[in-house]
Amino acid sequence: MKAGEIIKNGLVKENPTWVLVLGTCPTLATTTSAINGMCMGLATAFVLMMSNIVISLLKSVIPDKVRIPAFIVVIATFVTVVQLVMQAYLPDLYATLGLFIPLIVVNCIVLGRAESFASKNNVWHSLLDGLFMGLGFTWALTLIGMVREILGTGSIFGYNFIGGADGMLMFILPPGGFLVFGFLMALVNHLRKKTA
Amino acid sequence: MFLSLTVISVVAAAVLALVSGVTAEPIRMADQKKTEAALKAVLPEFSRSEEVEIEGMACTKVYDAADQFVGMAVSAVSHKGFGGDLNVMFGFNPEGDITGYQVLKTSETPGLGAKAGEWFQKDGKGAVVGMNPGKNNIKVKKDGGEVDAISGSTITSRAFCDAVEQAYNAFQKGGLN
Repeated sequence: MKAGEIIKNGLVKENPTWVLVLGTCPTLATTTSAINGMCMGLATAFVLMMSNIVISLLKSVIPDKVRIPAFIVVIATFVTVVQLVMQAYLPDLYATLGLFIPLIVVNCIVLGRAESFASKNNVWHSLLDGLFMGLGFTWALTLIGMVREILGTGSIFGYNFIGGADGMLMFILPPGGFLVFGFLMALVNHLRKKTA
Repeated sequence: MFLSLTVISVVAAAVLALVSGVTAEPIRMADQKKTEAALKAVLPEFSRSEEVEIEGMACTKVYDAADQFVGMAVSAVSHKGFGGDLNVMFGFNPEGDITGYQVLKTSETPGLGAKAGEWFQKDGKGAVVGMNPGKNNIKVKKDGGEVDAISGSTITSRAFCDAVEQAYNAFQKGGLN
């Protein structure tokens, strides 16, 4: 498999959000604003990349029978590192995302890539796969967050452009999350199929 | 099988111990900074503070340069919030007037209940700052009080008033001596 193909898989062809539809719980919960979605995406991308590297390195020493617990320990370690670092250096961001950071451990994308990619491929390819699957997740979350923030509060990345008027609050709330997610998924997949 | 899992776990534990050690101090500093900023925001100028606990609520009494009691901050938690607990720090002057407040922890709905951070401030739409729970009836208008509830978030507004009541109780018990 070539590097270019791995990159394209992560970003578009097998995009974890639009195509594989993995990890939708944090997707819907954290995309109330563009910046929240982006930060959640980047935190997941970091964990995904690091765990893919380590699991790829350890793939020959981890016995098949205990591979899932071993993967989870590795993933949980990186998630806790992210959590502690964020709490220490980005306390404001931690206040908004705090609840969802520990949940990265059980995000299907991370374990899914460990199981289906990193445990079968070399370190370099696993790194690329983790990074670009993570970035694929990040751009999806940022896009959903942007649309929800624009419709829901009339701001973009915190910059308000409708003055004192209220946005359509529903888009910040869970129902709007599902709606935006569904419509964007349809749009992205339509464009993806057209260009493929 | 056991060996490899054990080794992985031990290494993971070591990594975490290291990171936890490095970040412990910055995390403590960040928490402290947040509390200090909240104290400064809700209280008048002070030069000395003293922490007390009244009925399970963390309170801070503050004194000016002449060691005169100038106010007290109370961190109250209402369990009546829409999305969970609402933790607000209130400042009272010696007369019991609310001098300010800061929402410390909230799970209220973004765009609705989360507006509580500005709504009840002095220049907010439902100003509670400046009122005195001993003289004013701190309840939302729907319940017969004097507070304008956040539009669309009566439950959050009620929880906020509930927190005011708890904080004022603590102030009455410990703020005057």
